[in-house]
Amino acid sequence: MAISFTLNGTAQSVEVSPDMPLLWVLRDTLNMTGTKFGCGMALCGACTVHINGEATRSCITPISSVAGKKVTTIEGLSADGSHPVQKAWMEEDVPQCGYCQSGQIMSAVALLAKKPNPTDADIDDAMSGNICRCGTYQRIRKAIHRAASMAGKAHSAG
Amino acid sequence: MSNASVVNRRDFLKTSAAGGAALMIGFRLTPRTFGDQAKDQEEKTPNPFDAWVRITPDDRVTLVLGKSEMGQGVYTSLPMVLAEELCVDWKKVHVEQAPTNPKIYDLGTGGSGSIAGSWLPLRQAGAAAREMLIAAAAKRWEVGTETCKAKNGFVVHGHPERSFRFGELVVDASNLPIPNLNKVPLKNSDDFTIIGRDMHRLDTAAKSNGSAKFGIDSRVPGMLYAVIERCPVFEGKVASFDASKAKAVPGVRDVFEIKTSGRGASTTGGVAILADNSWAAIQGRKALAVKWEEGAAANESSEELNKQFLDKASTPGKNILRNDGDADAALSASARKLEAVYELPFAAHVCMEPMNCTVHIRPDSAEAWVPSQGPQWAQAVIAEAAKLPPEKVTVHTTLMGGGFGRRYQADFVMEAAQVAKISGKPVMVLWTREDDMQHDFYRPASYHKLQGALDSQGKLAAWKHFQTSTSIAAKWSQKGADDPGMGEFGTGATIPYATPNVRVEYTLAHSSAPRAWWRSVEHSSSGFVMESFVDELAHAAGQEALEFRLKLIGDSRKIPQFGEGRENYHPLDTARLKGVLQLAAEKAGWDKPLRKGQGRGIAGFYSFYSYVAAVAEVSAANSVFKVNRIVCAVDCGRAVNPNGVRAQVESAAIYALTATVKDAITVDRGRVMQANFNDYAMIRMNEAPPIEVYIVPSTEAPTGIGEPTVPVIAPAICNAIFKATGKRLRRLPIRNEDLA
Repeated sequence: MAISFTLNGTAQSVEVSPDMPLLWVLRDTLNMTGTKFGCGMALCGACTVHINGEATRSCITPISSVAGKKVTTIEGLSADGSHPVQKAWMEEDVPQCGYCQSGQIMSAVALLAKKPNPTDADIDDAMSGNICRCGTYQRIRKAIHRAASMAGKAHSAG
Repeated sequence: MSNASVVNRRDFLKTSAAGGAALMIGFRLTPRTFGDQAKDQEEKTPNPFDAWVRITPDDRVTLVLGKSEMGQGVYTSLPMVLAEELCVDWKKVHVEQAPTNPKIYDLGTGGSGSIAGSWLPLRQAGAAAREMLIAAAAKRWEVGTETCKAKNGFVVHGHPERSFRFGELVVDASNLPIPNLNKVPLKNSDDFTIIGRDMHRLDTAAKSNGSAKFGIDSRVPGMLYAVIERCPVFEGKVASFDASKAKAVPGVRDVFEIKTSGRGASTTGGVAILADNSWAAIQGRKALAVKWEEGAAANESSEELNKQFLDKASTPGKNILRNDGDADAALSASARKLEAVYELPFAAHVCMEPMNCTVHIRPDSAEAWVPSQGPQWAQAVIAEAAKLPPEKVTVHTTLMGGGFGRRYQADFVMEAAQVAKISGKPVMVLWTREDDMQHDFYRPASYHKLQGALDSQGKLAAWKHFQTSTSIAAKWSQKGADDPGMGEFGTGATIPYATPNVRVEYTLAHSSAPRAWWRSVEHSSSGFVMESFVDELAHAAGQEALEFRLKLIGDSRKIPQFGEGRENYHPLDTARLKGVLQLAAEKAGWDKPLRKGQGRGIAGFYSFYSYVAAVAEVSAANSVFKVNRIVCAVDCGRAVNPNGVRAQVESAAIYALTATVKDAITVDRGRVMQANFNDYAMIRMNEAPPIEVYIVPSTEAPTGIGEPTVPVIAPAICNAIFKATGKRLRRLPIRNEDLA
């Protein structure tokens, strides 16, 4: 049975086992490999995507539960890498190996959508589900603050 | 580089320049006495080069070399070095993985050696290309070469200035003789405009928009996905299996056994489940029933290993590795002596990208996409499994989601090759997190007994270090059980603290747990042990921890590294060690008072030819401790990209912090008990302290930076906890209850 949802703004339909996690539908069925596999148990955050705007671990999200919903992946965050969080990631040189960073960015974007000016405690709360083995945490923290201030400036200018 | 079965330079030129003309300079990164360049070029095989600079008429500069990017930033820093001498915009230098060449074994990325080993060869190659381009321009203008210079991708001359783009000169330049790389003039470091400046990484955009391709992202038309059920017990084998239920899982294509590949790639074999996608393969594996022949290792446990350690520590070391003076006599004669035992567990690498490898074996050739620190070894094992000559195996080295030494191994490559050989289709063998954590090659578990004696002036009268461990060499070397253990000390046998009596002893302990190189390798234990013990000695001597160290290190001098074959490498420069200790202390405000329940600890260590010191600040109360701040000072020679150096130090500090305060890998019934991040936890955002990094300005050649911060973190933290609580912690990882 086909399962339909919106993926990065485009209607998408897949015929897969309904219990197949969204992660593997994205990666293996649709060849959208920006979303990463890290643990398979929602312990590391590498697979984070947005479902109806909420940061969600796609590795434990059956595709059947996504039917009719809006999914955003790292590939759909911006057309040209111009999202303030992506820009802040560049300016703070956050990624090292980079493998966890799709998930980190998706978690950070979801945080900023709810809290445009997050405190350090807000960052701890929102980001502690995302492991970075390269230990880029303090750059992630700085980049989130920077993205918040960039977005703030853009808002006041606009 | 898709047709990369290259054995000689002529073929390489043909394929690389894609039919067009190019200036191509071959050189060699791996240590070798440099031969006659002209003669080298005429050699057919083996090809003596392992790296090339290619400049094409479109001004494109490509650096072709066998260095893998696993997060350490070499695809940014290596172009900086080349571009400095070549006088081009470094951001326009593209890095391309060199094709694997079976005649050159030692292409690989590790040992914190990419910048250290490439520094001079890259400068020489860049300078040679620059000189050839200048010569080509001078010839066209009919002027002397000394009147021309290279500037930002052009050769310029005269007033008003006239110029040629490099691209306009490559055809002419390629017909000129390549200068002797050892004699080509290098830039004066005062003229550097790229090296030593903070630069942004070049790969951040791709790593922030999902387009960066790691090994696990390899997609080949018609590919299948496989997982492998391996015996949970070390060295256990498949006795029998029932695949009927697994084969009934939708999407599962086939289920078959793969055999152990023995000592080379060190795989234990297992049952492969081949499917249309990763999920189906994982589901198929859950439905598989396997009976194991668990073998002798099924009796092994961490408890049993601890008993071995205690037993071996009760008698003198089997191998006396170092014996200056008479440490035992000095210890007996001393009124003030100290003994302490330190323990470190097995540690797993835990790359964020689990192991994986994609291989396609055709009747006459093979192609593989491998996230590997050692693509040459990957090529060799695929050739073995495919029964093809290595030249017929093309290896694409992909980006890696972490390496830390784990990806030097070829086990995951061999398994993928075995599955691909049987299936005949392109196959990715994917490891789940559980596979990755339970079938790693662990940092050895070790047990250390340190003894020290102080004379009446508080000087060190004797230093004795006994170690027993499950050594790396015993896993890999042909000697096996006879490993004398020198590799388990590293620079830990080169003691910077002056004393006339030194004794270093080692006894091998047995384990079937696979062991190998884990970020900083033996220095992770040596640094912890030595820098904890010297802190204990300072306390026993009633002296301040930093002052005591500086006094014991004593005069500025160069101490030859201890150990066969090490004497001629960079000696330990005590001035540089003191320098990082003092810088870290100064920046941390070492003398500033802290609140009750807080403490500062310091540690300094020399490894990978670099000097790192750390000061940790902790608070501890009611059996709970927290690391509040880490200050690091590093002397790694000239910092090519200081921004990159800081990133590596931050990274190594967090990596070491995880090993210091999180979980141990433990063994029971011959199997690893931890499986995922719930029982082998990592430091997360809410636990990551601020890390400050200070780089000692230096004109020395660059040395390692990916690893040498690891050894100093655990001792700095334990020394800080001692200051805060009076409690000395000698076993890693430390736990809250240890403070009770």
